[in-house]
Amino acid sequence: MMPENLIEAQQITKRYASTTVLSDVDLHIRRGECLVLVGPSGAGKSTALRCLAGLEKLDAGSVVFQGETFVTPTGTRRHLGGAIGMVFQQFNLFPHLSVIENVVLAPRRVRRLPLPEARAKAEQLLDLVGLANRRDYYPHELSGGQQQRVAIARALAMEPTLMLFDEPTSSLDPEHTREVLRVMKQVVDLGMTVAVVTHEMSFARQSADRVVFMDDGRVLEEAPTERFFADPQTERARSFLSQEAW
Amino acid sequence: MQLLEYVFSAAFVSAMLVTLALTVLSMALGVLGGLLLALAGGSRFRVVRLLVHGYVWLFRGTPVLLQLIFVFNVLPLVGLRFDSFSCAIIALSLNEAAYMAEIIRGGLLAVDRGQRTASHMLGLTRFQTLRYVVLPQMVRLALPPTGNQLIGMLKTSALASVVAVQDLLLVAQRTAAGNFDYVNTLLAAAVHYLLLTTLCTLLINAVENRLDVGRKSGRRQRRETRALATAGGR
Repeated sequence: MMPENLIEAQQITKRYASTTVLSDVDLHIRRGECLVLVGPSGAGKSTALRCLAGLEKLDAGSVVFQGETFVTPTGTRRHLGGAIGMVFQQFNLFPHLSVIENVVLAPRRVRRLPLPEARAKAEQLLDLVGLANRRDYYPHELSGGQQQRVAIARALAMEPTLMLFDEPTSSLDPEHTREVLRVMKQVVDLGMTVAVVTHEMSFARQSADRVVFMDDGRVLEEAPTERFFADPQTERARSFLSQEAW
Repeated sequence: MQLLEYVFSAAFVSAMLVTLALTVLSMALGVLGGLLLALAGGSRFRVVRLLVHGYVWLFRGTPVLLQLIFVFNVLPLVGLRFDSFSCAIIALSLNEAAYMAEIIRGGLLAVDRGQRTASHMLGLTRFQTLRYVVLPQMVRLALPPTGNQLIGMLKTSALASVVAVQDLLLVAQRTAAGNFDYVNTLLAAAVHYLLLTTLCTLLINAVENRLDVGRKSGRRQRRETRALATAGGR
């Protein structure tokens, strides 16, 4: 039987020099759900997400992905080959490649897909994010919002089983934020398993199945979306939500 | 005119080709060596990093002329015999590798870390990341200083005349030694050097333009405008 949790962080601790960024964090994402991590800046949300992705060395604990131990304090066990897609705050598109080349690169080189097939797939995805007419542009010719949508298409091209969004709209203006959130909502509606670190409470309210509230390197609260917003259990979450503009 | 006669003489033309070959080969090997050194310099093994530092320290810290004469005179003592042309290539490329290593290292450092992270998450292996993501960006950054090095190499190659490579400088000097016409023979060599440096400059500019992302998009826009025009015409 497939485990209900697609990915699970067990008691992870992460330190940078003497600062503890995460202490004993348990975190899990169920198949097909959209989990949103919220909390004040510096709470460790992004670090937690990066730990799930296997991008950080752990000081304690482990990450189990698809029933297999994936990350331990001794290192990352296996190369995922694109099974976890990630979208970054800074987009990280490849500046020397055109939009379509950005999307096609990994399917061609990692999946060994023939170019025509990879291109057809990429064009579908660019259509999904509304940028089919920009496929021959270079990243620097696009707005931040457009770049981020390309980054989403690029991650989707590997048909990941999990999509992680690390503050995908934090460097965007409100208008571009809306267009990126719209695409993210589409991704959620496709039924993908998604985890998002964001300050956009409107997105959390609309699209999240579950909300995790973090502060000071700990998970303080974890609840179904409606309950979290209607009835936060901790004082910290209540004051956080009252400050948040929405 | 005596000068032009020298410039177009068989001796000078073949000497020019020797200088060109010396430059191109030393530069190519220097770039290759520099790339390997730069990559090794990023190794997680301290010993490897120390060896790279030592190499750069040694070859940047001593005169090329000394290195050249050393290769020419010392290698035969340990049983390694090469003709003077090969000796010049060995010395010049060993020296060039030290400089190129620093240039390439700078280029590699300038490629944003996020590029490697994104590649990793997409499933690219370390080699694929290097090949398709990091190196193409590094090349764009390292190209201008490398062009500088190429021009420098054209002129440094004249040192090879010291170990009797028949390059432009040696041929000019030998010709002058026979007829005492220093003015015209040296000027003829200078003309050839200028032609070569000009040619290299043009070549570098062409490559820089070709790799420039902005230019590429310019080409795409022109292509699109053309396509639109044809579509409209029908």
